[in-house]
Amino acid sequence: MTKLLSDFTIGEHGMVTAVHGEGRIRRRLFDMGVTPSAEITMRKKAPLGDPIEVTLRGYELTLRKAEAACVEVETEK
Amino acid sequence: MKTFALAGNPNSGKTTLFNALTGSTAHVGNWPGVTVDKREGVYKKGSEPIAIVDLPGIYSLSPYTPEEVISRTYILEEKTGIINIVDATNLERNLYLTTQLLETDVPVIVALNMMDEVEKAGDRIDVAALEKSLGVPVVEISALKEKGIAELMKRASLMATERKGTSLFTGALKEKIDKAAEHFAEEGVASPLFHAVKLLENDELEIEKKGAKELLAAVSEGEDLEAAMADARYKYIAEHFSVAKEKAKKSEALTKSDKIDKVLTHRVWAIPIFIAVLFAIFHVTFAEDFLYIGAWASLGKGLPSLDELNLSEGMATFVGIFYDGAVFSPGVILFNIFDVLFGKITEAVGGAIATEWLSGLIADGILGGLFAVLGFLPQILMLFMWFSILEDSGYMARIAFVLDRIFRRFGLSGRSFMPMIMGFGCSVPAMINTRTLADEKERVATVRVIPFFSCGAKLPILTAIAGCIVQHFGVGNPDAITLCMYLLGMAAAIVSVLLMRSTTLKGEVPPFIMELPAYHRPRFKNLMLHLWDKTKHFVKKAFTIIFVSTVAIWLLSHLSFDWHYLADERMNESILAQIGKLIQPIFTPLGFGKQIGAYGWVFAVAAITGLIAKENVIATFGTLGACLIAIGANVGGVTADTLLADEEGITSAIAMVQATGITIPALLAFIAFNMTTIPCFAAVATAKAELGKGRFVGTLVFWLVASYIIAAVVYTIGSWWWTAFIWAAVAAVTVTLIVLRNKGKLHLRKKGACHEAA
Repeated sequence: MTKLLSDFTIGEHGMVTAVHGEGRIRRRLFDMGVTPSAEITMRKKAPLGDPIEVTLRGYELTLRKAEAACVEVETEK
Repeated sequence: MKTFALAGNPNSGKTTLFNALTGSTAHVGNWPGVTVDKREGVYKKGSEPIAIVDLPGIYSLSPYTPEEVISRTYILEEKTGIINIVDATNLERNLYLTTQLLETDVPVIVALNMMDEVEKAGDRIDVAALEKSLGVPVVEISALKEKGIAELMKRASLMATERKGTSLFTGALKEKIDKAAEHFAEEGVASPLFHAVKLLENDELEIEKKGAKELLAAVSEGEDLEAAMADARYKYIAEHFSVAKEKAKKSEALTKSDKIDKVLTHRVWAIPIFIAVLFAIFHVTFAEDFLYIGAWASLGKGLPSLDELNLSEGMATFVGIFYDGAVFSPGVILFNIFDVLFGKITEAVGGAIATEWLSGLIADGILGGLFAVLGFLPQILMLFMWFSILEDSGYMARIAFVLDRIFRRFGLSGRSFMPMIMGFGCSVPAMINTRTLADEKERVATVRVIPFFSCGAKLPILTAIAGCIVQHFGVGNPDAITLCMYLLGMAAAIVSVLLMRSTTLKGEVPPFIMELPAYHRPRFKNLMLHLWDKTKHFVKKAFTIIFVSTVAIWLLSHLSFDWHYLADERMNESILAQIGKLIQPIFTPLGFGKQIGAYGWVFAVAAITGLIAKENVIATFGTLGACLIAIGANVGGVTADTLLADEEGITSAIAMVQATGITIPALLAFIAFNMTTIPCFAAVATAKAELGKGRFVGTLVFWLVASYIIAAVVYTIGSWWWTAFIWAAVAAVTVTLIVLRNKGKLHLRKKGACHEAA
């Protein structure tokens, strides 16, 4: 099923299907490797619940939930 | 001389490679128009010297941060060769930039760094295959161990000076790109392929150009190619990546970095650990009671103070560097060493010149002014060193991660926290540290409020005046007053940022999409070269702008209008005192203007001398106290001798109070004013360098207006409690006006962000 990266729970894993959002944010997400077909795993939340940390393409990336809400991910469940 | 530019991702070992290549020939300049450091040097170990330029660390050639714009402009316009450093442990994302570099017409050589770590992890990368698929030379290096560097430079110097851009795109995408590239080639644009690709990627800088939109529409036929192209890049990399790298069986064990992260970003412990780290840094740099040895000892018999040790004079000076009833922290010891040294030089020079005014000008004016600024250098550098270590180790990125949530509310990001906290130590390194902020408006707002985080040099003002209030008026507790003033500064910073972000510095909340680099040990050599750069910068500044302004103020305070030299005791006749008398009425709403009578100008004068360095405010109290006694003001029994014995400035402050009849609220307003107004010249010069001209003038105005309002609020509410209602009404009207002007929204727009997750 498809869900937003911002709705992920810790340890959840999936494949990016679409990246929305506008202009620079979308560009930045692409440049950091968040592109359709990228495998992405939710690692943890910051102590105050936001931002989140994800692993993709062999490195760790942090982004806010607001930005993670731009990323649609296909999960197995 | 051939030139090569180093390009690569942040944290790919670029700085280490640059240092290994250039060694002592490196020097730092600025890129035109921006404040990002431009580092250059010469590689001399080859058959011919090669100039090396270090480009800022970037992830892509799309313009996102100022750094990326600089690198892109350099690569396209200078057309020197590029050494692309690639972190082999993170090949996939690093090669993303490589694919973009290959689209330009400049020669590229890939330096594959950290291969030793890849092998240690049991992986293997087939360099020959990588070289074949990229079509440019690939050389294995270890920047840290300085291995493979001679080979890299040899192959780099043998490369042809021309190269045709190549792209990885195939099929329909390739056709579209070729069409656009043909158009650019016809127009005679250099690197047509690169521009064609960027145009189709909907690149900001490309779209702005004349005729670009039409061309894009014609070629793309309305399709959104941005995602397809980014995807194609990664797909291409993944294909060749799998050829080139044989991944060892993925181990389930946590890496070292994961283990450290488990503790440092722990749900509960992250924030306490961070506070402890900060505390330790400030303690080592600024504490006068290192490890609280003095405080522990005072539970028992206590340690003797310096005077009680009955040492000979020379011995007391020496011991006084390290100890006075408590052991000083390393930062304070360094400060004291310089202080003693500078004091001796000033004394010797002053004594050697017989003419009184010349001796005064050179010893007190020139040397005194320079040393007042340079004296802070050890502590500034030490603070800088700690924060560089945090940055290099990767912990700073985690701090931003942990604290982002709090700072977003004010229209800032977690990154802006560090510079603000550094402000408690010294504004100079704090302002330089704002370079890590990608968003320009966030950066301006941060630089402006940094002085509100009361620095080390402002503490003497607090100690003296709070001490005076307690001793003279018999109210309150000095520590409580000091704490309240610190809190007032922080509150002022928060309010100011909110106001600026919804008026003059309006804009979206800066996005927060950041790599969390693996932890690694900071490199000693990098650290030392970094500190050396900062020292050179600071010393240069101390000898130029700071120097000139300091001497100017000394002259104003030691010359009368008919150009006669005045000794310290006659400062009341000086031009500066006249200026003080002239501007005194301005401070009436702050409580230290007309209402404090004929001698009230002393406060205005002290505030002006505070521009040299903030502890001068209290030193000026001492000088002016003597002046007041000399001209027969009623200082309530304070004598010149007691003033001399007055180390903390409390007695001088009391003398000021006696002579002027200033009230407690006005004294508090005076503290608040000095804390938030234009900082010392060193900080002003730094702000100027960091902000560029347009923003700098606005910043000076902001400091003046903000400090004036804050002090007025403190004074009026302190004197007449009901004025609090008036101020509340003013605040309400301001907020309403802002909300109305921003069309009903107080919150900052979150541009581009998708709907907030539930």
